[in-house]
Amino acid sequence: MNPKTILSISVFMLIFLSRSVGQDTTDIMKQLEKEMGKSEKEQTFYTTSTFKTTRLVSGHSVENTGKRVMDVKISHRFEKLNEGSYSLFGLDEARMRFGFDYGITDNLMAGFGRSTYQKTYDVFMKLRILRQSRGKKNMPFTLSYVPTFALRTLRVNVPGISNDFTSCASYTHQLIIGRKFSDNTSLQIMPSYVHRHLITLNTDPDDVFAIGIGGRQKLTRRISLNAEYYYQVTRHQLAGTNNLLSIGFDLETGGHVFQLHFTNSQAMNESNFIAGTSGKWGKGDILFGFNISRVFTLGKKH
Amino acid sequence: MPCKRTLFSLLLSLSFVTAAPAQNYITKNGTISFYSRSTLEDIDAVNNQVVSVLNIQKGDIAFSVLVKGFLFKKALMQEHFNEDYMESDKYQKAIFKGNIADMGKVNFTKSGIYPVMVSGDLTLHGVTRKISTGGTIQVRDSKIAATSEFNIRLADYNISIPKMVEKNISPTIRLTVDCMYEPKN
Repeated sequence: MNPKTILSISVFMLIFLSRSVGQDTTDIMKQLEKEMGKSEKEQTFYTTSTFKTTRLVSGHSVENTGKRVMDVKISHRFEKLNEGSYSLFGLDEARMRFGFDYGITDNLMAGFGRSTYQKTYDVFMKLRILRQSRGKKNMPFTLSYVPTFALRTLRVNVPGISNDFTSCASYTHQLIIGRKFSDNTSLQIMPSYVHRHLITLNTDPDDVFAIGIGGRQKLTRRISLNAEYYYQVTRHQLAGTNNLLSIGFDLETGGHVFQLHFTNSQAMNESNFIAGTSGKWGKGDILFGFNISRVFTLGKKH
Repeated sequence: MPCKRTLFSLLLSLSFVTAAPAQNYITKNGTISFYSRSTLEDIDAVNNQVVSVLNIQKGDIAFSVLVKGFLFKKALMQEHFNEDYMESDKYQKAIFKGNIADMGKVNFTKSGIYPVMVSGDLTLHGVTRKISTGGTIQVRDSKIAATSEFNIRLADYNISIPKMVEKNISPTIRLTVDCMYEPKN
């Protein structure tokens, strides 16, 4: 073997060696990025905080109460603004609802409440069937099912209206399809079905179908602008009722969420605000209202 | 004959290099936890999906953590952590890139615990700051365990605490890092 051959072999080997060593010590940031990319693909990231709380204004948002979390809600709806200064633009009187919501699991919550509006008791559950996520499991939206039962206990003395259980009970079934489009913007649609027997006219239908649409736009980290609208499919609409439109703000301060809003319905339970709203925005039948939500974590403390 | 010897020594050095221990060690399930102790509330969270790469030759060390991966005992704390403080949709990852100064005194062929000093850049909530802290490197068979504990000031990373919850959140947070590395070939 002549020296030239040895030289060429050794040069080749040196290159080869330096390359293999070089590969071992490549920039660790590149390797970190590669491993992180792999790790992210192996995990599922669920979208959180689509809305600040479980209600948009009066109706449900696609958000659930966390597991073992109790949410105490106090809500008021004042009288119409167009009552004028004599009743301080409706602030003299209010309908009130208090309620308790509880997260049984992360995807199932239940709650009940009592409202001074027609002395109504209501009970509901919210089941999250699909949850928006990215990563290993990719889901573009969240889907929830919310059945609500409401019972009017106000006795009315109107001929033709009975005060028995079937006449006072109403049922609402809602699907909520929601998506958090960005950190600031979330939208949802709520196909809804209301069944009730509280009928004032013979021509009124027992069943009302409505499509709701709602959303939020965050204005700051802790304040968001919310709106919800329920469109009643016309041929099923009750005489003298209007579509619900509510616009409000969410203010979040640690454990509390304050919701301040303007709406055309005094009712705070689904069957009444979807299918029994009498106020009309155009006529100034707008009323001020608020919800206060305070959450408590129950169970295991540390 | 001398030629053959040269070739032989070259081959020997080649075999030595290929058989040398791996330079880069990695983990994909390291742990970073933190806690805040204050008069009103204790807050603690843990992330078990920490990705880290350690180069034992140069002493380079890097961490990447998904902020959303921190798990809290209270759902609301987790929500506020992501939404109000860390803004984890906007600043998805926390990154540390640094170097272990006294890597030379760690004997990777022998089991043992070695105290070391780490310094580098920590990027959190969109802010990068230099930090340096002590830690330990533990050599255990073919694996390497690294631990460290240090404090960070929330204000340093533009994480502001509203007056209303001042008594609930400590301005200084204690972080604990615990990673078990395996060789990456």
